[in-house]
Amino acid sequence: MSVFGKDKSAMRKFSASVPLPEFGESSFNEPKPLNLAKVAIVTTAALYREGGDGFELGDSDYHYETLPRHARDLTLGHHSVNFDRGGFAADINVVYPIDRLEELAEDDIIGGVAEKHYAFAGNQSPTVSEIRLDTGPLCAKEMLKEGVDVVLLTGT
Amino acid sequence: MREVAERTKVPRALYTDFPVGLSLGKPRDKQFQYEVLQAAFDLLEEPEGPVIREFPVSISSTGSEPLVCSLPPRMNTELHPAVDEAQGLKAAYDRAYQRNRRTSVGMKISAEQVPEALERFVRIVEGERWDEVGFPTRSMYGTVHDIRTYYEELACELAEGPIGPWATEEWFYDGTEAGQVILKARRAMRDSDADQSIWFGLAPAGRE
Repeated sequence: MSVFGKDKSAMRKFSASVPLPEFGESSFNEPKPLNLAKVAIVTTAALYREGGDGFELGDSDYHYETLPRHARDLTLGHHSVNFDRGGFAADINVVYPIDRLEELAEDDIIGGVAEKHYAFAGNQSPTVSEIRLDTGPLCAKEMLKEGVDVVLLTGT
Repeated sequence: MREVAERTKVPRALYTDFPVGLSLGKPRDKQFQYEVLQAAFDLLEEPEGPVIREFPVSISSTGSEPLVCSLPPRMNTELHPAVDEAQGLKAAYDRAYQRNRRTSVGMKISAEQVPEALERFVRIVEGERWDEVGFPTRSMYGTVHDIRTYYEELACELAEGPIGPWATEEWFYDGTEAGQVILKARRAMRDSDADQSIWFGLAPAGRE
């Protein structure tokens, strides 16, 4: 029997069968040029700052954590045993590429790095209604308030 | 998960055929990470969506180079090898923590408690009942999370060469005394009256 997290075929079957809400249309817009855009990261790796409460096991924790731009004391709250945590242990950028964004800003490839970034837990209820109706819009408002132009979503 | 992005009509998605947990593909490889980010940012030029583009490089979940990571010699032969090993690795864990200023140990126990927790698993392997060795209710999953994370974080400090997909997990369960004790304790619980919800999550699904 193969280890679930390593079995791409099993992962694909799982992702094809996972219950999802239907969306009538895509929210598509044209952002300002990248070299003028402020970029924020939203990750589903359930990151939180060391000493914080973190995330609950299961699929009922839909809150998000705010990660200040300078914070690197980050804990991986993605607790699944079927998840390869070695990459994050070696380099947070493989999940949360904050240092890469800083370097791209220094080279004027992106316009700037947001002061605040955000982490959700990837394991959510089948309808994702809590994130769609509650914490998702709240998080988006925070980013709009800061003047974020582009959001980089890193799924785990 | 490409299927999820398609079904939810994500406006712009870069599909990366990478193992779970490696969103940017390769840890400690700045150039590769830049290439992934550039491919993602290129999607901003698309005039219409939703659009999904595939990153041209795949990374397999299996077959990566094994982790090259030395284990300490026995220091105290009166201790079980797993307990002795965990104690002997504490300096490497501390060094990793000092260097990175972060740790994901702490779901249930601290780094200092890792040897003591392993001692409890040793007692299960040696025949004691799983519910009489001192684990608080429903704490075993989180305790193993912390033991494995302790080992994986120090392994990244000690290892030579790149950290391949699942390399630290394979090193932990296949190459360390601690991983072996946890697998043996898991089997002992499976073969006893322990509910599957107690023992199943102590190792990835599919491991014996």
